[in-house]
Amino acid sequence: MLEVSGLTVEYAATTKAGGESPVRAVDDVSFDVAAGEFVAIVGESGCGKSTLLFAVAQLLSPPAAITAGSVTFRGQDLVAMTDRRLAAIRWEKLSVVMQSAMNALNPVMSVGAQFADALRAHGMSSRKAIAARSAEVLRLVGIDAVHLKSFPHQLSGGMRQRAMIAMALLFTPDLVIMDEPTSALDVVAQRSLMTQIKELQREIGFAVIFVTHDMSLVSHYSDRLMVMYAGQVAEAGPTRRIFDNPLHPYSRGLLEAFPGIRGAKVPLQGIPGAPPDLSVIPNGCRFAPRCPAKMPECETTAPALLDRDGVDVRCLLYAPASAKTVPADNGPGEKPRERAQ
Amino acid sequence: MTEPHSVTELLRADHLTRHFSIGGTLARGTLHAVDDVSFSIGEREIVALAGESGSGKSTVARLLARVYKPTSGTVAFEGRPLSAFRSRRDALRYSGQVPMVFQDPFSSLNPVFRVSHGVLRALKLHRPGLSADERRAEAARVFDVVGLGAGMLGRYPHELSGGQRQRVGFAQALATKPRLILADEPVSMLDTSIRIGLLNLMAKLRDEEGVSILYITHDIAGARYVADRLIVMYAGQVAESGPIEDVLAAPRHPYTQLLLSAVPDPKAPPPSLEALAAASGERGEPPKVIDPKPGCRFMPRCPVSIDMCGQVTPELKVLGPGEAACHVAQTGAEVKAFS
Repeated sequence: MLEVSGLTVEYAATTKAGGESPVRAVDDVSFDVAAGEFVAIVGESGCGKSTLLFAVAQLLSPPAAITAGSVTFRGQDLVAMTDRRLAAIRWEKLSVVMQSAMNALNPVMSVGAQFADALRAHGMSSRKAIAARSAEVLRLVGIDAVHLKSFPHQLSGGMRQRAMIAMALLFTPDLVIMDEPTSALDVVAQRSLMTQIKELQREIGFAVIFVTHDMSLVSHYSDRLMVMYAGQVAEAGPTRRIFDNPLHPYSRGLLEAFPGIRGAKVPLQGIPGAPPDLSVIPNGCRFAPRCPAKMPECETTAPALLDRDGVDVRCLLYAPASAKTVPADNGPGEKPRERAQ
Repeated sequence: MTEPHSVTELLRADHLTRHFSIGGTLARGTLHAVDDVSFSIGEREIVALAGESGSGKSTVARLLARVYKPTSGTVAFEGRPLSAFRSRRDALRYSGQVPMVFQDPFSSLNPVFRVSHGVLRALKLHRPGLSADERRAEAARVFDVVGLGAGMLGRYPHELSGGQRQRVGFAQALATKPRLILADEPVSMLDTSIRIGLLNLMAKLRDEEGVSILYITHDIAGARYVADRLIVMYAGQVAESGPIEDVLAAPRHPYTQLLLSAVPDPKAPPPSLEALAAASGERGEPPKVIDPKPGCRFMPRCPVSIDMCGQVTPELKVLGPGEAACHVAQTGAEVKAFS
């Protein structure tokens, strides 16, 4: 249904000398989303997740611009589309839930008035129909319809996030894009919201692209997972496969970055360092400076995204050229040897 | 309250209560942000204060930091009640010994000053005996302790990542030779991959610098990783407290059980959507505690409540290695509300 191919986003920037040196925030990213699928995109802040989302929804504003690639949604290329035609698709077929409901809802308008605005913009004019549809979507997310009259500050954080999701569902879209919608919530509210998204998805059948930096959050909810690092796809594949056997050292680091509540307490390190400054991209692998499994050639050779039994991974450990350092028959169930360090 | 393990008591809160009046002239009400909360923090101890947003965790921290005055109840630091402070000297000494680290590293540093500014000012104010050179040396030392290195002193906040800024927050707190750091959700705005580094830093401050930390969080797994003791708050009251491993191994309060059951475990096989829906069928919200009536505040969400819960507010009583405020648990019955 959605096909992103070779998408590249650059932020125009000038060097101190006055020359142009665009910063490539999203670099040649391809993925697709089938109808009804739940795709999670994870990575640290600054790795291009949000820029990617904005690019998919055509919400980028200067200095950011798509410089290459296409976003094909239901057979039409969104990148080449005019604003007028985009306006008809946005919200009706493709809606976005922003990160912070606190800032995304208008504080001086009641929830109902904001719903009505969106409905009217897409051609619904009967007051009765607007009221009925607004009440319906609000009930869908488990909020009583009396809250249509409420202002955002009268709702709790969890309710505000749910109201945002209700808003995204006003027109039964095919695709809902969510940018960390649960990051402001505690675990109990988080679980209930995630479960609700899944239930609604099953009921209504929309697909979800879900961006988060917390890998544990999506482990039980997403069908496919895409790990991004420094603007590129580091690893992508079925969620379960990646959780059971993460191939890329970065995915492994993300997975091992959080402590458990059961089992033995083990000292953790997280991933030391920070994602690279994208205006000075290192030669070779972008993760190399922080990688526990770094090899000499990682400094010089940029790894390509390779398919390994259905999981795409960008790491020299799995490149044929590095067969000398890693046994070639390293099966999918086996962890690379550099693991223990 | 009993001390679960033999540590010297550093700070003690007794029946701490803070109410706020809210509403206009027509609908006045009293918000019970913190109601009758008692706990203690020992020397060299990390105490995690957990609970959902609105449960009163941050109000407790602000009461301890003397941002708010308690409506009733007392806080005593090293045996001396805070209400007995009379001079500016007392207040200054206390705020140097009990500094705060804030949640948002993006708004808690002044963007127009180098990051050394806050540390140097704190040193000038709280340790006036130091010369300018000694202040610089001390600033370099605390930056080293928090893992930034003295080279970072000349940077501006915008040049640092979120994790580094939060380390600056800890360096500022450390500069005044603190006994107890009040850390209000110090890692919740950071990426999960960075959080663990900050948690390791907190453990290091306890082990090497001998500082106690009140670690306010809603991340139970992170709390388990660093804390010695856990206090779970619900709707302004303490629901359960005790040594953290004991509480997590056998939570007695239904709310603690709910909190634990909601922590995602990526290593477990994914439960079916039906199981998830059943587990989170509970879509209750934490109550806004405005003019509360007697009774257990968790009762509307509690699957095991008994008649008494609607009438009598449960008190925190010793149960096993910890304490819990639950009528059902206090009858000796095993509570299994959420698993």
